[in-house]
Amino acid sequence: MKAKGVVGVFIAWVVVYLIFVFLIGHFQGKPFLTPDNFELMMRQAVIVGLGAIGMSYVIMTGGIDLSPGSTIALTTVVVGLTLKATNNPWLGILASLVVGLIAGMINGILVAKLKVGAFIVTLATMLIFRGVAKGFAHEQTVGSVPSTWIESFTAALGKSETWQIIPKGAWVWLALLVIMTLVLNRTVFGRNVVAVGSNEKTARLCGINVNMVKIGVYSIGGLFAGIAGLMQVSRVGIGDPTIAAGDELKMIAAVVIGGGSLLGGEGNLIGAAFGTLIMTTINMGSTQLGIANWIQEIITGLIIVVAVALDRYRMSRPPKIAPEA
Amino acid sequence: MLEATGIHKSYGLTRALINVSLQIRPGEVLAIAGENGSGKSTLMRLLSGEEVQDSGALILSGKPYHPRNPQEALANGVSLVHQELALCPHMTVAENIFLGQMGSTKFSPKVAEEKARPILELLGYPNLNPNKLVRELSISLQQVVEIARTQAVNSNYVLLDEPTSSLTKGDIRKLFELIGRLKAQGKAIVYISHFLDEVREVADRIAILRDGELVHQGMMSDITEPEIIHFMVGREMNELFPRSERKLGEVILSASHIVGENNKPKDTSFELRRGEVCGVAGLNGAGRTELLRAIFNLDSVKSGQVSIGSSAPVSIRNAWQLGAGFVSEDRKEEGLALTMSIAENLTFPGRVGWRFSSKENEATATEFAKKLRVKARTVQQSISELSGGNQQKVAIARLLHSGCEVLILDEPTRGIDIGSKAEIYELIDGLAQDGKAVLIVSSYLPELLGICDRIAVMTRGVLTDFVPVAQTSQEKLMELCVQS
Repeated sequence: MKAKGVVGVFIAWVVVYLIFVFLIGHFQGKPFLTPDNFELMMRQAVIVGLGAIGMSYVIMTGGIDLSPGSTIALTTVVVGLTLKATNNPWLGILASLVVGLIAGMINGILVAKLKVGAFIVTLATMLIFRGVAKGFAHEQTVGSVPSTWIESFTAALGKSETWQIIPKGAWVWLALLVIMTLVLNRTVFGRNVVAVGSNEKTARLCGINVNMVKIGVYSIGGLFAGIAGLMQVSRVGIGDPTIAAGDELKMIAAVVIGGGSLLGGEGNLIGAAFGTLIMTTINMGSTQLGIANWIQEIITGLIIVVAVALDRYRMSRPPKIAPEA
Repeated sequence: MLEATGIHKSYGLTRALINVSLQIRPGEVLAIAGENGSGKSTLMRLLSGEEVQDSGALILSGKPYHPRNPQEALANGVSLVHQELALCPHMTVAENIFLGQMGSTKFSPKVAEEKARPILELLGYPNLNPNKLVRELSISLQQVVEIARTQAVNSNYVLLDEPTSSLTKGDIRKLFELIGRLKAQGKAIVYISHFLDEVREVADRIAILRDGELVHQGMMSDITEPEIIHFMVGREMNELFPRSERKLGEVILSASHIVGENNKPKDTSFELRRGEVCGVAGLNGAGRTELLRAIFNLDSVKSGQVSIGSSAPVSIRNAWQLGAGFVSEDRKEEGLALTMSIAENLTFPGRVGWRFSSKENEATATEFAKKLRVKARTVQQSISELSGGNQQKVAIARLLHSGCEVLILDEPTRGIDIGSKAEIYELIDGLAQDGKAVLIVSSYLPELLGICDRIAVMTRGVLTDFVPVAQTSQEKLMELCVQS
């Protein structure tokens, strides 16, 4: 992992945050850096943040996944239906994991076997999963979902809970971030993911099972979309087949802002997490400033351009040539 | 005349060119020889406007020449043909020749075609159809298109960087004829190549660089091949190929009646024993690479059987597990993951279990990198920062790390400097002594004759028997190569 890259995105996030501290302090005379705001930011970031973990794995192999938004919607529907039928939150969680994993495995198997490119495959499954979600939900939202402790994942912390600092769902996000970072750096599978993204032919030559690695990363992508879907249920309390459209693009943006290369072989999960926080901070700060939605979108777009341009600049500087024989 | 006087160029701490002065004269072929990293390519980049020198001057026909980019160099009649061809495969020959040169006027395929014809005729290729798509051409004809591009702007100085590295003998001959025609028209040609026999044949004068300094400049007829090598490395030719006594052991690799895609290879059988080095000669496209790839499961085998030790490999991974290892002919595209570190590249196939500790990995990688004398600051360094020779040493170290008994090497010394070549020959000799078996494909016959015990020739998918090296010669092998 390139620590330098992470520090860069971290600093970028701090700068963005400080800009809003100044703007909100200046124009509204209110503090921006408060425990409440921090908690709110984490609550808003958790869905895209979780999805970005899976997306990082996919992009690390040089692939792309356009389906997680649909997978999130499908998960909310299935979890909603499960909770209504059983009232058992554990089964709800299990449902989210199973739906996500199956969706991801379908992506992975198609990408590995069809060899038509991940963009096309996941564009297709994006439509398919969305359709299935609507079918399961009879083109309605799945309402009157019984209230369970799943809601507490993204609920505002009560007075007696402030010692937790951030909501439970955000702790889940951070824990998975650490675990998946370790998987990437400390397991042979993780290194194989990077190897496939760096040079697929070399990986094959060296006996790495490229297809299994691909099925693996898309499965992880699906699994994390499933977990993000669970958080979505937690937030809105219903199953909604139309929700989370476009979330996949936010995840991709988070990965790119975090230093990931769409060509594969590069990137890191912590960077993507800060990428998510940058976008969330802009969103939250702009809302509190009363800046219109369309301006927020322009700012986020500009951030992506700047992030990629900085990355290109970093790459284009002449490499140090090693002393020759 | 194009002249360089007192040129200096540094990249950070690396001094790529030190006080280099030379003349490039019209109607003459100037060869520039030197190991990889000796500064040849840097010099070319300066002359063609891709980079600017730190100090010193370029003088073109008596006037100062400061190209700030390749367009300005072109405008002054200096053009560079890169080793890696830069053509648009989906466009026609004519379109490629005039790419960027059609001016602001409306593009007409007809005009381009009419203008392309005389250029192709001038180069001796009147039958090359300007309307043909470039991707349908052989590599050698694509190169002709590249050279035609230099003549579309009427360049007087044509710089050719390693033009023969992917050509067959026959195509090399045609290229030399083409160079002869350019020369007869009074053009100056700068020719960079690793192949000294070619250099001797095509060049009038030679300039030799070593570690960024010009160590020799003179007429080709006044210098012998061993002298050239001496200037390049300060090492004598006969030290290049070490050969110790070899003790043969049991058969460790065998192929029986293997048939690959497109009949390459075609019904091939052979056996390789421990302690021997076997070579496969042949022209490009004869099926040598395909044979090696079929053995290693990299390409599909239609029928026949390969055994490594006593088992038949069922996958690439399985081939590694059985003790075979493969070095690809294409270092950059297939051999190495260029964005990753030396340590990672070195240990891909040899990893066991599911845990990965970068510390342990770096420790073992350092050990193997030292063993093969890889020149690098640390094994955490990106492999793209190494010279070709050192990159190749890592690609071979990978086999030693995974404990290979059978080494399958496809053009292991292509495009690397003589110093690294010598080290790789020495390594292969040592491996054979340790009872390992080596199967090597090479287009460079002196190399095969120098290091192998037995050599076979591949022609159109058919492999001859392996004959002991004492019973063959460069002429005999060449004759077999070109037979149909």
